[in-house]
Amino acid sequence: MTEQNFDVVVIGGGPGGYVAAIRAAQLGMKTAVVEANHLGGICLNWGCIPTKALLRSAEVFHLMNHAADYGLSCEKPSFDIKKIVERSRGVSKQLSGGIGHLLKKNKVTVFDAYGRLQGKGKVEIEKKDKTKEILSAKHIIVATGARARVLPGLEPDGKLVWTYREAMVPDFMPKSLLVIGSGAIGIEFASFYRTLGADVTVVEVMDKIMPVEDDEISGLARKAFEKQGMKIMTSAKVVKLEKGANNVTCHVEVAGKVEKITVDRVIAAVGIVANIEDIGLANTKVKTEKGQIVTGKYSETDEAGVYAIGDVAGAPWLAHKASHEGIICIEKIAGLRDVHPLDKSGIPGCTYAHPQVASIGLTEAKAKAAGYDIKVGRFPFMGNGKAIALGEPEGLVKTIFDAKTGALLGAHMIGAEVTEMIQGFAIGKTLEATELEFMHTVFPHPTLSEMMHESVLSAYGKAVHF
Amino acid sequence: MPVNILMPALSPTMTEGTLAKWLKKEGDTVKAGEVIAEIETDKATMEVEAVDEGKLAKILIPAGTSNVAVNTAIAVLLEDGEDASALSAAPVAAIPSPQPSPEGRGSEGAKAAPSSPSALPPLPAGEGRGEGQRVFASPLARRIAEQKGLDLKSVKGTGPHGRIVKSDVENAKASGTTSAPKSSSALTSSGPDAKQLADMLGMEYTEIPNNNIKKVTARRLTEAKQTIPHFYLSVDCVLDKLLAARVAMNNAADGAYKLSVNDFIIKANAMALKAYPPANTSWTDDAVLQYKHADISIAVATPNGLITPIIKAAETKSLSEISNEMKDLAKRAKEGKLKPVEFQGGSFSISNLGMFGVKNFQAIVNPPQSCIMAVGAGEERVVVENGQMVVRTVMTVTLSTDHRSVDGAVGAEYLQHFKKFIENPVLMLA
Repeated sequence: MTEQNFDVVVIGGGPGGYVAAIRAAQLGMKTAVVEANHLGGICLNWGCIPTKALLRSAEVFHLMNHAADYGLSCEKPSFDIKKIVERSRGVSKQLSGGIGHLLKKNKVTVFDAYGRLQGKGKVEIEKKDKTKEILSAKHIIVATGARARVLPGLEPDGKLVWTYREAMVPDFMPKSLLVIGSGAIGIEFASFYRTLGADVTVVEVMDKIMPVEDDEISGLARKAFEKQGMKIMTSAKVVKLEKGANNVTCHVEVAGKVEKITVDRVIAAVGIVANIEDIGLANTKVKTEKGQIVTGKYSETDEAGVYAIGDVAGAPWLAHKASHEGIICIEKIAGLRDVHPLDKSGIPGCTYAHPQVASIGLTEAKAKAAGYDIKVGRFPFMGNGKAIALGEPEGLVKTIFDAKTGALLGAHMIGAEVTEMIQGFAIGKTLEATELEFMHTVFPHPTLSEMMHESVLSAYGKAVHF
Repeated sequence: MPVNILMPALSPTMTEGTLAKWLKKEGDTVKAGEVIAEIETDKATMEVEAVDEGKLAKILIPAGTSNVAVNTAIAVLLEDGEDASALSAAPVAAIPSPQPSPEGRGSEGAKAAPSSPSALPPLPAGEGRGEGQRVFASPLARRIAEQKGLDLKSVKGTGPHGRIVKSDVENAKASGTTSAPKSSSALTSSGPDAKQLADMLGMEYTEIPNNNIKKVTARRLTEAKQTIPHFYLSVDCVLDKLLAARVAMNNAADGAYKLSVNDFIIKANAMALKAYPPANTSWTDDAVLQYKHADISIAVATPNGLITPIIKAAETKSLSEISNEMKDLAKRAKEGKLKPVEFQGGSFSISNLGMFGVKNFQAIVNPPQSCIMAVGAGEERVVVENGQMVVRTVMTVTLSTDHRSVDGAVGAEYLQHFKKFIENPVLMLA
């Protein structure tokens, strides 16, 4: 058996793994990526990116339906679900190819194979033709990601009960859908299918949708979705799925009563679990806890020379968190100066439904629970010129400050393009800005971003336009 | 408009000082550049010069006041033609000082002139500003430090490029101006309290109050000896060639200079540091700093305590330049008139007790430097050369080093270089 030597071997070519590999190569390390499926991982092939393509189609369709609001006419807009899916797949394919080029450009060796840790600085790779090879590396980064969680009784079958995977490439347009789970994935699919005209029911076990978001934002989201005709059931649980020939009858328990809802398809979006099985962890001292790999501040595991980044190492399960962990880990390995652990309180989260939701830091409830004396600022889209001009008068920018220090504890936004704006607050948090720096920053007029400024002013009783 | 005279910051690290003496009294006329007061800082006594011409109308801080924060108004100057009635309109201490001091920020002054918001306060007099050593800190870190009464200069930054971030100030202990002296006295006088013991046993004594120089020296030396892993290397140097060279050079000088053995020791160290930079260093957690120049601190005993003026870039200077500079520095050190830049910094130290006949001793490393050379007396000793006993003038030097940055082999190699130069002074011409 041949054995190849590397400085760094990354198992998994998702947004954590391929970014770590490129950074390692940039720093002069001989690097390899072992990827069993597609470069770019779930994010690029079956997650973030293709869903954004789908949602863009839905958004354009929505605008076509509202053409008259803008003085335009568009008679009987229609769509072809196959072509929408085709476009989405094309976007993924283009980007996945792009990653291949980036890795090549940076002289990263890519193994189209399945990787397993062997212990003692070795990784066994199994290629598609079942041949095996051993790679040895000073540093091994586990970036195997996560997959959809499966709850007993709600097992997806790929036909009537979908996961994100099938929901992303529907072979027909379902007339009705029930989505289990109202996290980012569930809500994005619910919004996509609702906008295209399906009857959509969302069932959430918690008492609000998008449970990680601020209560106020979650409430506004619910109102907006219900206004669009979505049916939302909270504190509700799907207890049974009764499968018909081409439909499913869902038994939903709410307040002790069971309601039966029959739909064409069910989408299970009840969270994700880390891919820790069959990657050779038993050959190492790597510890796992609650189904994920235990890591230190710089993603190091209990086995010297083995690191874990991204979803496999725990929440938040976000591509940008994985990429950052990868870069920090590699730069720490390379001994660069100014390398700091990831501050998880400064990671923004985005949901690309209509309306969009974006947030960073503590919710109002969590800030209070943490004992902060807080100042809360709010600015509604209704008060913003650009929002009115865009025909997007619904939404809110909410900011939460520590009254004592002026630290921005959290920012929560709902409405048009908020996912593109949240980075402004992220930069502020990273630079440890206080309310004064936000106030002293000049925001361009007319933009939606002016609402961020006004929200900060509002927290201190100084809002001008509302 | 009356001008405030502010407590100047005489060094980048100075946050407060003692107003030792007023050389002018209220009512005196002062000219720009005239010395009006003396301020004792942690290291030296400094003169405060008037920047403007006028009449010293009011002294706000009496002589002998200690812990006067930098930028506190210490006196008010009336310009030509103004009389004392203008005083009430003087917004005292108009520029907010980093550490607000209760006195000298009279709110009644501000109240008296509410109708002139356009009259922005003048720039503070003299050195109070301008000695900018910028502290990089995040806005949030600045605010939390202010709330905790923490001096950012005492905080080590761990953010990008050493920027002070929130966690740094949260982790830093509040070491405000009042608590600092306490902690330093705790450090220097741990163990049984000598005064208590002496009183209890009825021992007779005179109390000689410690001035700032003594306090700071005590604190720094205690810290150095307790936290720096010291070790010591001694070597004997034959001085006969040096002494002959010295006589020849001084005879030829015609009064332009008069070289001492100490000048040769400074020069030989400068040349050795240039030839062998690993000894010219400071230890930091992240890296050893290797200095470009041999900035040599020379310990000088003064009536007020120990001070170490610096011959900067000594490797670029000739013996006569070193000699004349040293004479000037030593004289002013003894008068307490050194500027902070003349004794702060330095990359290598020399302490010479040879003139007292001390044969050899071990000095305490002068942080953050790595090395200090303790120089003993040059004395005639019997040495064996080629199997013969001969009499030579021999001097023992002992190098104390910080083992973290200068280990045994480095220290020993350094001494080889030094010995080569001191025993063959002609090589210093190369």
